[in-house]
Amino acid sequence: MNVVVCVKQIPDPVAPGALDPGTNTLNRSGKLIMDDSDNYGVEMALQLAGGEGDEVTLVSMAPGGETSGLRTGLAMGAAKAILISDEALAGSDALGTAKVLAAAIARANPDLIVMATESTDGYTGTLPVQVAELMGLPSVTFAKAISIEGSTIKVERQTEAGFDEVVCPMPAVVTVTAGVVEPRYPSFKGIMAAKSKPVENLTVADLGLDASQVGSAGSGQEITDVSESEARGSGEIVVDEGDGAQRVVAFLEQLKVI
Amino acid sequence: MLETDEHRLFRKTLRDLFEREIEPHVNVWESARTFPAHDLFARLAPVGIFGLEYDEAYGGMGADHSFTLIAGEEMGRISCGGIPMAMAVQMSMATPALAQYGTAELKEAYLAPAIRGECVASIAVTEPDAGSDVAGIRTRGVRDGDQWIINGSKLYVTNGTQADWLCLLARTSDQPGYQGMSLIVVPTSTDGVVVSRKLEKLGMWSSDTAELSFTDVRVPVSNTIGEIGRGFQQQMVQFQAERLITFYKQVGSIELALARTKAYLAERQAFGKPLLANQHLQFVLAELSARHDMLKHYARTTADAVMRGEDATRYATIGKLMGSRLQREVADTAVQFHGGIGYMDEHWTSRFFRDTRLDSIGAGADEVMLRILARMDGYSTE
Repeated sequence: MNVVVCVKQIPDPVAPGALDPGTNTLNRSGKLIMDDSDNYGVEMALQLAGGEGDEVTLVSMAPGGETSGLRTGLAMGAAKAILISDEALAGSDALGTAKVLAAAIARANPDLIVMATESTDGYTGTLPVQVAELMGLPSVTFAKAISIEGSTIKVERQTEAGFDEVVCPMPAVVTVTAGVVEPRYPSFKGIMAAKSKPVENLTVADLGLDASQVGSAGSGQEITDVSESEARGSGEIVVDEGDGAQRVVAFLEQLKVI
Repeated sequence: MLETDEHRLFRKTLRDLFEREIEPHVNVWESARTFPAHDLFARLAPVGIFGLEYDEAYGGMGADHSFTLIAGEEMGRISCGGIPMAMAVQMSMATPALAQYGTAELKEAYLAPAIRGECVASIAVTEPDAGSDVAGIRTRGVRDGDQWIINGSKLYVTNGTQADWLCLLARTSDQPGYQGMSLIVVPTSTDGVVVSRKLEKLGMWSSDTAELSFTDVRVPVSNTIGEIGRGFQQQMVQFQAERLITFYKQVGSIELALARTKAYLAERQAFGKPLLANQHLQFVLAELSARHDMLKHYARTTADAVMRGEDATRYATIGKLMGSRLQREVADTAVQFHGGIGYMDEHWTSRFFRDTRLDSIGAGADEVMLRILARMDGYSTE
């Protein structure tokens, strides 16, 4: 089985970059890391594609030919990667990115495409279904468990009330939630092996796309203004007057945590 | 030393690994005065940390020494000293001589499982009457056919209550001084090996430390590491690996302590302004940072020398001496600048203060480092 995992390379949240004052977009120059939320997708793909002849391919779009984040996924065990890097892609919105990823994924001819539910720097959560729509594939979101049964996948789809069981023909796009599997750590050997794993570098032209349809030129979205987020307010202190437990339960119920 | 993408990814892997597998448990392990070494080592081993520079034939990674530096720096960031010390015993204190001088059979039986995290190793050198003066050890191994019969006791054995095997230094002949000692692998399941006492310490609480006694302990002579009678010299090589990892841990621990102190002082208000607005505090921290910077670069110079195959005795000695002293000064400053909270047991500064005291004593006391340097630089009349 051939599984593609879409991997986002983001500035390290420990030392986040600033917004570009000209475009109001995140400055993505320099070293990037693999988005933590993609650890789960890579791990899930490695578990699903663990048989002989199975293969996991990473697909990523990033500026400056950046592969640092991809190397993490390769060190975990993915076989190869496709990187799309092109100055024309600067300023891409989610749909523009989806067009690029869909075209790149198609080259790998996968049986299954795994993605995170959303990235931790953009949080749109719209990309996976856009990719599925552009590729004419079914999509199943919020998977908390995936199993393969012949040419179909069986997904436990997380809902507020519990989960739905969804059966879907392959190929398909599936998004996985954080915590769905315990991601492995790249071992030293994996890290060194990743150095020599193939990364195919592609441009917009290589994908046969029109540059006017992607990047800021093709973006249907314009960031007109940005502002500081509100400072976090002080929390509510519950003084236990004998009803502390009930009040905590009521609070958690209000959050729909329990 | 050029830090590559591979170094950065290995560093991040270790930081994430320690964050998930160690940090949530540190307070519990500190209170318990021990930690589950077998369970933890099995969780840490898959990334390769226990066999970084060891032969791939025994499950080692075959890495160059620069990755040991990265590992040490990240271990230094763990929020207690006990766990990284216990890990360092497995990595760089109990196993280097075995890896360098041991037979294939011995390495297969003891080194390979240590690298895989399937067993816990300890180094047993110090005795009640022989600490810095290693030549004064009294534990004896008397040959009886193809077996050693070992009698004696060992003190301050890190991982000592949990170890599966010991790298033990014993006198195996009547030759005096540095002659006639051998390093012997002693499985702790052997009859006659007893944990006499679990020792309570000033710091390093999460790490168990033991006094062990040996009464007519029989182990095969084939458990001897390297050449019979060359144990002292082999242990000196092993001490060097211990001093290097201690030094590298200090680079990481000092960096984090300064960053955490800065963050606290920037937030803590006194007399209507952040504490960090006081020039005295700024200057003290700036000076400590400057000295840390020198230490950090010296660590890289040291790693380069090791990778070039040079004798790194001078580097290891100076690095460990200066690192231990700077770490103590930073710990003292952190407690002082935090004020009352810094003295509280619940605060990281308190643990850092008591844990860091050991580095000027263990792995060769500061005075031993100075003795080595005095000899090297011709200041000694010996």
